[in-house]
Amino acid sequence: MRAYVPGYQLQTPASLADALTLIGNEPGVWKPFAGGTDLMVLLEGGRLAHRNYVNLWPLAELRGIDVTDSHVTLGALTTYTEVQTHEVLRSEFPMLCQAASETGGLAIQNRGTLGGNIVNASPAADSPPALLAYDAEIELVSNRGARWLPYHGFHLGYKQMDMRPDELLTRIRLPRTTAGMTHYYRKVGTRKAQAISKVCLAATGRVENGLMTDVRVALGSVAPIVLRCKQTEDAIRGQALNGDTVHQARETLLREITPIDDVRSTASYRLRVAANLLVDFLVTARS
Amino acid sequence: MAKTAIEFTVNGESHKLEVFPMARLLDVLREQLHLTGTKEGCGEGECGACTVKLDGRIVNSCLVPVAQVNGASITTIEGVAQGDELHAVQQAFIDHGGAQCGICTPGMILAAVDLLERNPEPTEADIRNGLAGNLCRCTGYMKIFESVVRACQK
Repeated sequence: MRAYVPGYQLQTPASLADALTLIGNEPGVWKPFAGGTDLMVLLEGGRLAHRNYVNLWPLAELRGIDVTDSHVTLGALTTYTEVQTHEVLRSEFPMLCQAASETGGLAIQNRGTLGGNIVNASPAADSPPALLAYDAEIELVSNRGARWLPYHGFHLGYKQMDMRPDELLTRIRLPRTTAGMTHYYRKVGTRKAQAISKVCLAATGRVENGLMTDVRVALGSVAPIVLRCKQTEDAIRGQALNGDTVHQARETLLREITPIDDVRSTASYRLRVAANLLVDFLVTARS
Repeated sequence: MAKTAIEFTVNGESHKLEVFPMARLLDVLREQLHLTGTKEGCGEGECGACTVKLDGRIVNSCLVPVAQVNGASITTIEGVAQGDELHAVQQAFIDHGGAQCGICTPGMILAAVDLLERNPEPTEADIRNGLAGNLCRCTGYMKIFESVVRACQK
């Protein structure tokens, strides 16, 4: 059943400072609302439980992509369309661009934001595996101050985050250390466009003197949170890419992830596909 | 909760409305402005039937709360033709059987118009990608695709 629209509040602050004051004065009362591509789906289905939202969309402070020698920093309201069309992101962070291009269709990509994708905290989200594999950091701001933290560790459990009720996610920062890396991103869904993933894998690595370094493996839709697979990385790091390593990596991954049966897929399919994607990544890195 | 005042432009005409901020742009267009060319399909951003242009970019109007269009400029299917002269995409849909039941057609046309504005000479892959967010439950995809190809040739 559809929601009763007059029962919802969507307050538009004049500035980021005003937004922080609003949510700071009544912590927990106001939740952030960005492009709406997730929240409006819940509204239409009568499943949007929270009633009071702060409209972040008009806040210029949360937009823009800034490039320095060491980092690319994206405003939380950067849309998937903006991600895909940015030259530095395309050349140095192709997995993020690919994730953006495989999220919904163009109309979704024009509204959906990177910050919203993180804070919505779906384990099936498309860009978080790429952000984890690129060692992203995120900035949380409240009237008490700002803090940067690694994105890895931000998701604590299903829809649970290391974020206080008076904080907003404002920026996402990527270290420019990807030169010479293999970038492997693959989302497996029911169809090519407009599908939510069954399994999604983002991985980076570098082969130096025949050995794998800078290995980072992240998966979506295989656990209550988007997962950085540290044990699997340990099984690969410093190893030659031979049959033994591939076997060990595969076995480790199968122990590390905990997919479930749900409307989109089954646990056994997800285990098999996740393992196959990992093997494909390693084969790609070798060649 | 209280209504709020917003101002925005639709098909070149400015409007001042009192709205509930979380009302869907789709419903405001259809019920308050009587622009019923914009259709509701799924109501959850999957099908693209409710596609409109918002400040030059296509969006699903079922996913936009109307508070977010304050000050914005919107084009609906009613604003695609220039007076009596149809847009090349509209004419191509008529000439090449691009419409069947018609529910997806306004969204398909807006997505195609948007594609051709950004990319006047799209490849087949570009066209498929440009229309990827629009579903046709009559499954008339080949005729729709052909219509867009023909519109490019005009």
